Amino acid sequence: MSAEINLTLKVWRQAGSSAEGRFVTYEANGISTDASFLEMLDIVNERLIEGGEEPIVFESDCREGICGTCGLMINGQAHGPQKGTATCQLHMRSFSDGDHIVIEPWRATSFPVLRDLAVDRRAMDAIIGAGGFISVNTGAAPDANLTPVPKETADTAFDAAACIGCGACVAACPNSAAQLFTAAKVQHLNLLPQGQAQRWARTEAMVETMEAFFGSCTNHGECEEACPKEIPIDFIAWTNRDYIKAKVKNRKLVG
Amino acid sequence: MLGSLDARIPAGSLDSKWTDHKFSMRLVNPNNKRRFDVIVVGSGLAGASAAASLGELGYRVKVLTYHDSPRRAHSIAAQGGINAAKNYQNDGDSVYRLFYDTIKGGDYRAREANVYRLAEVSVDIIDQATAQGVPFAREYGGLLDNRSFGGAQVSRTFYARGQTGQQLLLGAYSALMRQVAAGTVELHTRSEMLELVMHDGRAVGVVTRDLITGEIVSHSAHAVVLATGGYGNVYFLSTNAKMCNVTAAWRAHRKGALFANPCYTQIHPTCIPASDDFQSKLTLMSESLRNDGRIWVPLAHDDGRAAHEIPDADRDYFLERKYPAFGNLVPRDVASRNAKTVVDEGRGVGPLRNGVYLDFSGAMARDGEAVIRAKYGNLFDMYERITGEDPYTVPMRIYPATHYTMGGLWVDYELMSNVPGLFVLGEANFSDHGANRLGASALMQGLADGYFILPYTIGNYLSDFLGDPALGTTEPVFADAEQAVADEMNRWLSIGGTRSVDHYHRELGKLVWDYIGMARNKTGLEKALSEIPALREEYHRNVRVLGSADTLNQSLEKAGRVADLFELAELMARDALTREESCGGHFREEHQTTDGEAMRDDENFTHVAAWEWNGEGTPQTRHREELEFENVELTQRSYK
Repeated sequence: MSAEINLTLKVWRQAGSSAEGRFVTYEANGISTDASFLEMLDIVNERLIEGGEEPIVFESDCREGICGTCGLMINGQAHGPQKGTATCQLHMRSFSDGDHIVIEPWRATSFPVLRDLAVDRRAMDAIIGAGGFISVNTGAAPDANLTPVPKETADTAFDAAACIGCGACVAACPNSAAQLFTAAKVQHLNLLPQGQAQRWARTEAMVETMEAFFGSCTNHGECEEACPKEIPIDFIAWTNRDYIKAKVKNRKLVG
Repeated sequence: MLGSLDARIPAGSLDSKWTDHKFSMRLVNPNNKRRFDVIVVGSGLAGASAAASLGELGYRVKVLTYHDSPRRAHSIAAQGGINAAKNYQNDGDSVYRLFYDTIKGGDYRAREANVYRLAEVSVDIIDQATAQGVPFAREYGGLLDNRSFGGAQVSRTFYARGQTGQQLLLGAYSALMRQVAAGTVELHTRSEMLELVMHDGRAVGVVTRDLITGEIVSHSAHAVVLATGGYGNVYFLSTNAKMCNVTAAWRAHRKGALFANPCYTQIHPTCIPASDDFQSKLTLMSESLRNDGRIWVPLAHDDGRAAHEIPDADRDYFLERKYPAFGNLVPRDVASRNAKTVVDEGRGVGPLRNGVYLDFSGAMARDGEAVIRAKYGNLFDMYERITGEDPYTVPMRIYPATHYTMGGLWVDYELMSNVPGLFVLGEANFSDHGANRLGASALMQGLADGYFILPYTIGNYLSDFLGDPALGTTEPVFADAEQAVADEMNRWLSIGGTRSVDHYHRELGKLVWDYIGMARNKTGLEKALSEIPALREEYHRNVRVLGSADTLNQSLEKAGRVADLFELAELMARDALTREESCGGHFREEHQTTDGEAMRDDENFTHVAAWEWNGEGTPQTRHREELEFENVELTQRSYK
């Protein structure tokens, strides 16, 4: 059943990427437990605007947990306390009357803060551009049923492809590595027959682009805990295996 | 003034039009393609697939999106699947059958030639996506699986769990990023198009605002492609993502592009009802739930009892009662209107009395909970996450919500608007779905337009301009457009009113939902035509946009979008008022059979209504494109 709760928010406010940031405390009273976390922030913003104060900048779009736009550190946890749930799908019934909630942006050097809770995640697009594709021009594809793909393979590739690119893995990682994101994308394509032609080049390019922008993975496993799609770190292990092989195979090709 | 609209549909038999036309269109040779600049606005299925394909061909492409990454576009949220006439199931599907189903599903208000072409290229889309690595569902033998979907009697829908849109978009996005890395596509994220720039009656570029720095930037090109999605957010509450808006299309409309059939909007019957006034959006629950769930409300008005306390004798399974043949599986529009009727009668359920039950207890008793869990587990989990109620023990509550808009900018057979050089793809155009879109057809259309139609037709336009450089961005037309954007920003910031943009958006949404929603009538539409302008006037006088224009300012972004939705809403009302018939998603209460079914008026309304902007304060002019049906016979739909 729905109830109304009163909360105290400590929100990171920062006017721009080069500005000094600080925590600002807001009272959020009379919040229905049926509200989503972002709707709670909508209400706070509505009140701020009415009071003549600029609203808190935070990003969201689909609010169905699929677009990956939203993402907040809530009491130090990426996407908050509910496992397997993006910020937009978190509801206030996960909180209690009188709670203090600390809300921060994703914290990572490669995700510079743009304003308040919004960060720049373009480095993730660069990883995809490095090799997160199968090079097939429009019109050149053979019939889709030409190559059978075992159902188990297709299902596992899908498990990896379910990544929404939100960046929670980076925010949760003590090294700010984007290893889970990178591994999910690498394995989605490396597992499929269609992805074999570029498997080794893709693996090397994507892993090394990841390393160029982000920290390195040291197997803490925090990313798996934070991932709203619960993508397993097995994909990281497989990617590490592929990377070692790629270093050998790619060298052989040129030498 | 325009004459009657000519869609430039090629002559010849239906099945040879596209093949013949591809041959007759002029080509741009590979070395010359690099001399042409093309702007693509939007990075969803249509925009990303178009930009990637044009980049592969060698054009110099610029992609503009207001998202932080092209992968965020709202195509990503599509759940169900994508249709294609592969006939892999050996169940009698064909290009002609997909064409026929789409024309009929659209209630005979779409162009035959466009729809046939869509069905033709649908098979190539599946090949392309599979080659890109889109992990479609597969059978144990390793071949692709299909499911059936509303409005069809064959299994032609390809799917990737409940995330088909996500996987198809990631495929198109990967192709796009490959071209970005190759240097053929220049990607501008967080760039919102706010003006279309015209010169000598042609589209020659756009002006954007950088959403982080506020910088106003001119982009010039030989052609502009809009792939900017639909306008469902005019209702405020819809299944659309929060940022979806009509601005790019509307700004083009204000520069002369005709806006077609704005009253054709689609309401999806199975969404989670709003829980309170702060509700920010509505969430769709897959239509597949209606295969096993039974829809009912209490017989009595304001029945306060909990669902399990209401015996069967006191329940009204209203769809099964009224439509014994199709029962709970009637098409979207019929299911939606009937839910509205019972809620309006005061028989709605839930704390706000704004839903109907979708009850699985019978199916669970019949098949066992495990079977239901295997089929719908992820949907039940999503429902519980949002509502806090367990659908295994308490019936789900559902209610219709706006989901898709069939109307959009008018385009000809080559997907070019009446403005030369301005092409429109995907949900942003009006072309293929008539008055109602079938499930799993939106993804098909977006990708057909982007991968397989525009790359051919744009060359036919560009070949006229070989050797002409794109207009310089220092030309006065660009300076004027930049100034217009700067003035607009200043205007919002200087109003200094008392209420937020969201407040007005919400109020607008209520008016549009009440008067131009699931069922429309003359009185309501006339009210809309007086109340919407009045609210708009207040909006322009009393909205409060704080902050400045040279930073990330989300209120400022929304201010212009909501202003455009206000103008669109008025046009929707005018279009709905003029269309004196019921067809597809447009249900006029005055035009129904005695038992409440939609009644078309084929004699007077077998045409597209395309509206021409006449300046602020003057109603648009209505133009017609007559629809010729040479292959399909018009019939009345019946689901009894």
